[in-house]
Amino acid sequence: MMTTSLRLRAGLVSLVLLAAFLGIWHLATRSTAQVTTMSPEYAKLMGLTATQGKSAMPGPLDVGAKLWEHLKRPFYDNGPNDKGLGIQLGYSIARVGTGYLLAVLVAIPLGFLIGMSPLLSKALDPFIQVLKPISPLAWMPLALYTIKDSSISAIFVIFICSIWPMLLNTVFGVATVRKEWINVARTLEVGTVRRAFTVILPAAAPTILTGMRISIGIAWLVIVAAEMLVGGTGIGYFVWNEWNNLSITNVIIAILLIGIVGMLLDQILARFTRMVTFPE
Amino acid sequence: MSTFDNPFDPDRNLRAGCVCGQHRSAAEHEQATALHCEPVANEEKRYEGVVASTLMRAMFPQDVARRAFLKSVGASTALAALSQFFPLKTATEVFAQAGAPEKKDLKVGFIPITCATPIIMAAPMGFYAKHGLNVEVVKTAGWAVIRDKTINKEYDAAHMLAPMPIAISLGLGANAIPFAVPAIENINGQGIVLATKHKDKRDPKDWKGLKFAIPFDYSMHNYLLRYYLAEHGLDPDTDVQLRSVPPPEMVANLRADNIDGFLAPDNICQRAIYDGVGFMHLLSKEIWDGHPCCSFAASRDFITSAPNSFAALTRAIVDATAYASKAENRKQIAEAIAPANYINAPVTVLEQVLTGTYADGLGGVKTDPKRVDFDPFPWQSFAVWMLTQMKRWGQIKGDVDYKAVAEQVYLATDTKKLMTEMGLSPPASAYKSFAVMGKTFDPAKPEDYVASFKIKKAS
Repeated sequence: MMTTSLRLRAGLVSLVLLAAFLGIWHLATRSTAQVTTMSPEYAKLMGLTATQGKSAMPGPLDVGAKLWEHLKRPFYDNGPNDKGLGIQLGYSIARVGTGYLLAVLVAIPLGFLIGMSPLLSKALDPFIQVLKPISPLAWMPLALYTIKDSSISAIFVIFICSIWPMLLNTVFGVATVRKEWINVARTLEVGTVRRAFTVILPAAAPTILTGMRISIGIAWLVIVAAEMLVGGTGIGYFVWNEWNNLSITNVIIAILLIGIVGMLLDQILARFTRMVTFPE
Repeated sequence: MSTFDNPFDPDRNLRAGCVCGQHRSAAEHEQATALHCEPVANEEKRYEGVVASTLMRAMFPQDVARRAFLKSVGASTALAALSQFFPLKTATEVFAQAGAPEKKDLKVGFIPITCATPIIMAAPMGFYAKHGLNVEVVKTAGWAVIRDKTINKEYDAAHMLAPMPIAISLGLGANAIPFAVPAIENINGQGIVLATKHKDKRDPKDWKGLKFAIPFDYSMHNYLLRYYLAEHGLDPDTDVQLRSVPPPEMVANLRADNIDGFLAPDNICQRAIYDGVGFMHLLSKEIWDGHPCCSFAASRDFITSAPNSFAALTRAIVDATAYASKAENRKQIAEAIAPANYINAPVTVLEQVLTGTYADGLGGVKTDPKRVDFDPFPWQSFAVWMLTQMKRWGQIKGDVDYKAVAEQVYLATDTKKLMTEMGLSPPASAYKSFAVMGKTFDPAKPEDYVASFKIKKAS
């Protein structure tokens, strides 16, 4: 009873905040600038910002109308440089998915090995520490130069940025499995492989999944920037293309969608994390 | 001035006359100052002309005899008589079909600015298809990216700033990879735009300390702006700040007051005016009328591995350029290239750029039909001039073999051959002298030219 009323109240506050935000936005972007008089033939050649004092920043109504337009036909294809938002998001998710899965395939087994061996763990630590803080986009020129293919470069950048949190968390999770459990397994003469899968993996799983959750967030952050650089397809390219046309309305819509997709990806991994978490 | 030779014109001399063959005498050629290669409306007609010329020459080795024949029977009778025993139509068709392209599906990169007009419009308006190619034009984020993607062979050919293929071939700012330019995209069509708050600061002498944006280091924009500032006594390296800024960000930066102005490609200049953040200080045409801006470039590798595809591509570009050079086609072109798939800009803005009737940002409407123009011929003297400026501003250190580089990169000879085959009349020489802000440039003496500037980077 208590929780439902709390939820209800929280929802109400959210709605009020949203309404207030939209209201302030609307008021702030109303055309207020005074308009200088100009001859009609001159005015015909000028944009609305100059002729009607329309704010360069679109209001919520403009964005809403444009969003509706996009939602009505999300999968249109007008050639290589103009595709619907659904297609663009599809490209971005496919790139993130590929790069991310490759990273999972490398990071988790590698993290397991490093975590189980204190020697390797210490020896590799300096390398990981140096590579981890590098901005993924800093890899871009190097990737373009060596891989010589922009779409594979984008996937590589996703791969390289999502590998570190997973690797570190796996190492940490594996290394900090409670000694008692391992000792019990030893006493029962459980083999190394079996020990890894039946004791260490379940024990480390929540930490590993937390790493995976951090990684997917970073990967989604990076794909937008990477696509703005390499162009062609994807939601990042869409932002860049609309920025080219100074269409802030479309940029805002893209921002909104990027946020929603990012949230969904995070929620999916949050659900997985809950599935493997155990009470101690 | 049509370039289509009418071999049935009794007053025309098929052999002598002027160097380009468009005019009846050398004097008339001199008079025609505009160096345009306007196309014949109908492609077939043009090829027919080329074939007919050859035929007439073969029939009447003596020019006097041909003239006498034409004068006595009249051109139409002569044509009818010739067609009787020589299949002019078939011959024309055979002639028009050049070697089959090795590779039909090509990718061509472009930057969304009006300089790329011929490259872009050739897709929606069917110029590539006409020459038997299936070309996908791909919008690209910036000059460095378009360079890398072309080097990496993701693109078969690309839109590049005119000095870029020279810089790439010389290994400036990238590994040295031989590139070539078969056609110039546009001439003129740039401008210096200042923020509206500077509307009373029209004298460049007052510009000390201002910040200007240029699209790329190896660009005509960089060289023209530096030239303009230096002619007004400002050292572009110490008196002002020059920044490389991607064109779309220029307008936003101007609005945000991060820069005071820019020398940028159109439609960016007109866009700044359209959005009410700047005004047109000067068209680049006023610095150097007829200057090249962007080029159509491909790597030597592509040219040697797929010579027929490359030739077909060049033919399509030359064709589109010729079409774009006609004022009456410009409105239609503006509409074809404005959608999100191509330039992605308001049609009004593109129309103002292409038709030359534009708002100047200060409340006036100006008209200059040559604000942007299109002429494909890759003058090697253009390349020599760019090299002199690279040398002047320290982008090239040491000695430069101006002529050798220009001839290696700017394919004037090949393009000339191609244009002749297409029935266009390219100029006879690949070098021409021109004036930049009143100062004549002699392509034969580049070293003297560099030495003649007071303001330059000490080497």
